[in-house]
Amino acid sequence: MTGRWDRFGLAALAFALLALALPLAGGENPLAWTGRPAGLAVLLAVGGVGALVAWKGVPGTAAALAVLATVFLGALMAMKLMDGGVAGNASWGFWSYIFALWALTWRGIARIAAYRSMVNERQQMANFFVPAFFGLWLLFLWQMVCLGFGVPGVLLPPPSAIFIKLIGSLDILWEDFVQTFMKAVISGYVIGCGAGFVVAILVDRVPFLKRGLLPLGNMVSALPIVGVAPIMVMWFGFDWQSKAAVVVIMTFFPMLVNTVTGLSAAGALELDLMRSYGSGYWQSLFKLRLQAAMPFIFNALKINSTLALIGAIVAEFFGTPTVGMGFRISTEVGRMNVDMVWAEIFVAALAGSTFYGVTAMMERAVTFWHPSYRTKR
Amino acid sequence: MADAQERIASTAGLESSRRHVVDIEGLKLTFQTADGPVFALTDINLKVDEGDFVSFIGPSGCGKTTLLRVIADLEQPTEGSIMVNGVSPHEARMARSYGYIFQAPALYPWRTIERNVTLPLEVIGMAKAERLERARRYLKLVNLAGFEKKYPWQLSGGMQQRASIARALCVDPELLLMDEPFGALDEIVRDHLNEQLLQLWRQTEKTVVFVTHSIPEAVFLSTRIIVMSPRPGRIIDIIDCGFPPDRTLDIRETPEFQEVAHRVREGLRAGHGDDD
Amino acid sequence: MAMTTETAVLETGKRTLLATAMAGQAGPVSLLLLALVVIWYAGAVWMNAPWAIDRFEKQKIDWSAGDLLRATMVQKRPILPAPHQVLVEMNKTILQKKITSKRSLIYHSWVTLSSTLLGFAIGGILGILLAVGIVHNRTLEKSLMPWVISSQTIPILAIAPMVIVVLGAIGLRGLVPKAIISTYLCFFPVTIGMVKGLRSPGVLEMDLMRTFNASPWQTFWMLRWPASLPFLFTSLKVAIAISLVGAIVGELPTGAQAGLGARLLAGSYYGQTIQIWSALMTAAVLAALLVVLIGVIERVVLKRMGMKR
Repeated sequence: MTGRWDRFGLAALAFALLALALPLAGGENPLAWTGRPAGLAVLLAVGGVGALVAWKGVPGTAAALAVLATVFLGALMAMKLMDGGVAGNASWGFWSYIFALWALTWRGIARIAAYRSMVNERQQMANFFVPAFFGLWLLFLWQMVCLGFGVPGVLLPPPSAIFIKLIGSLDILWEDFVQTFMKAVISGYVIGCGAGFVVAILVDRVPFLKRGLLPLGNMVSALPIVGVAPIMVMWFGFDWQSKAAVVVIMTFFPMLVNTVTGLSAAGALELDLMRSYGSGYWQSLFKLRLQAAMPFIFNALKINSTLALIGAIVAEFFGTPTVGMGFRISTEVGRMNVDMVWAEIFVAALAGSTFYGVTAMMERAVTFWHPSYRTKR
Repeated sequence: MADAQERIASTAGLESSRRHVVDIEGLKLTFQTADGPVFALTDINLKVDEGDFVSFIGPSGCGKTTLLRVIADLEQPTEGSIMVNGVSPHEARMARSYGYIFQAPALYPWRTIERNVTLPLEVIGMAKAERLERARRYLKLVNLAGFEKKYPWQLSGGMQQRASIARALCVDPELLLMDEPFGALDEIVRDHLNEQLLQLWRQTEKTVVFVTHSIPEAVFLSTRIIVMSPRPGRIIDIIDCGFPPDRTLDIRETPEFQEVAHRVREGLRAGHGDDD
Repeated sequence: MAMTTETAVLETGKRTLLATAMAGQAGPVSLLLLALVVIWYAGAVWMNAPWAIDRFEKQKIDWSAGDLLRATMVQKRPILPAPHQVLVEMNKTILQKKITSKRSLIYHSWVTLSSTLLGFAIGGILGILLAVGIVHNRTLEKSLMPWVISSQTIPILAIAPMVIVVLGAIGLRGLVPKAIISTYLCFFPVTIGMVKGLRSPGVLEMDLMRTFNASPWQTFWMLRWPASLPFLFTSLKVAIAISLVGAIVGELPTGAQAGLGARLLAGSYYGQTIQIWSALMTAAVLAALLVVLIGVIERVVLKRMGMKR
């Protein structure tokens, strides 16, 4: 704290007072705060909390939660005001109110971000809460900007419109998901990663190949491989097989390079130990070297989970039957149905992060011994 | 310890009673952890006089490094009072009145030896010419003249640690805080550096607080040895041991040296539980 | 066979020469590249043969294996063009055409490269600034960092067409929309790399600055920034590669007139396989050059700082 007064509390108070003095909406349907008594009440409450924070600060987590609860209430009221005539012609009084809410939000999550607990679960909860609230706040801001300025839906639809579209077209989204993810991504991912792994095991026995492949593989990872998509579409047709082929090529090299690197990760000491037991190549491969390579292999699996989805979607830009996530994105963009595009992007994001999350969970289960996962107890 | 008294009398100069460079009273430090509080330091009372060479010795976990860090204002005590150079450790740090030497040289690999030594001077904002002049002077003092333009990784471990001593000395602090500075070096290099450090201390007349877990090192270097013990971290014995200032490593063969070393060892054994 | 001592000596000399050549990386890499070219030729023959045989039979010409081999190498729209066909096309469109010509690959490369570089520059700077903020502000770290990390798992490239079309709708066309996609792609790896880099100084190094009573600003410029540079260059290499991909994909959805992506798309519309392959090879060369360029800058900078031994 630099001074006696909490800066963010002061800002919230100042913006709330400023809001009070300015009109809520302008343009064709001017509206003052007095025209919306409920809104005025919440505005005064926000200003009051701001004053309290400015005076007393935010002493603890409970106080921070109370501040954030006020913000939540204020946000709900903002949405209600939006529906009640502010949408499209929000004026400085309204934005000033949003600024006041922002100041309180920042002060509240800053307090929780500084939270330190000896109890693991509580700390984890705080660690989850901060980005979650921050994300929600950004969504809210997006909604307010879209509605308040009356941003045309073809430019940037508000989250609510995207959500409605999402719920309304679940069947189409599901079909696209099956086509792109279940068929192209999964099959391509399994074949690509499998092939990369097998080739790595083969290459591992020939040091000469290993020396040649590693720099080549590293170089390939910098190349714009998605560019092979049109070729694959020509070779394997419009359906998912061509997309799977792109995914195979994209996932092959990261797996190859990582497995080859991982297989040499076992220390000289451990290798000598295996040798002292008189173990053969395969024994030391399975008992030691593959175990030591697991973090590298999972690294490739994680990288590939993202690459695979990108590959499949971009490949669909070059031609598909009339289904698929990439197809939907490119055609709906052409028709200016931007809300549908956003819904599709949401599905892609959900699929991508779930895919990644599952891989990461498997990694945790397999490589629990790795230093990055060790817990104190 | 008549020699020590003589030496003290000669260095004290005009002042009748020497100033306390470090003055600690009833100091406590408790860390809160998931398993409950850990008593890192309890009931520490200690005075370090000007020109003294004081060593903290004890097994790991006895809080010797923590105590040094409290003096350096790198840790905050939970209770008790501490003065460094007559002011609080924080003010002492703000005034840059001590030089700290870590277990590792902590030289920045992207700076030459010379520019590593001038680093604290750059922080202070000293003019370049004076910075370089000082770097040259102190590098010469630690026998590293001619290595100014080398990078740290081109030097041996012992030379790197000497460079870090020059870095600590170049702000001309009253107090040198040394945290097991030679712990990572092999015995032969360590002996050599001990002799050099002793010489340096005699030349510069700095007050030194030195953390170690080597009994011969502590006995050879110190005017006073603070024996510490873990769980809770505390002082269990204070041993005066001033050997002649112009001593060499040969002194370690003498019965007097053996006797002090024996006392330190006894102290350590007494303070030690039978848990490890 | 009688062998003179002279040739025997020559032979052993050769063998050791071969062994040393194959001991490093250059030998194996070039041999593998050679093998790749051979496989490519074999693939070209195998994939183009059916069409060639079909032609022969339709024209009722007797053909030998040699005829077939030749026929697979000279098709106008082969399923897989032979390497030399691609090279000839690249020679034609890179070296023989005027740079200003719409058919010059240099012209198209420049279109793609300019948005790649613009996006890379903005994305790099944004990424560094965000990392600095995250390292110095706990709230920013806690609220933003999880999103930065999880955004890596999202197929961001899927947004590309929308960005292009929507920005086109408000009148932004050409360089900038593509650069925005590149910016977006670049900035995450740079942020993550730089957060790691700025945090790389150990407890000891940080404590040292504290004992000097250094200001946060001094700690940043004297310790955090130089310590983070190796991390910066590593992530810049990733970023410039992905920036190029972004620029190429950004050229796909609108049927852009110029750029390597446009060449790919046009090639796939008209079945011009040779054109696709030459655009692809050019893109690969461009990517390699960009990464190598960053690598050279890295080497020079780190060497001048004394970090490279």
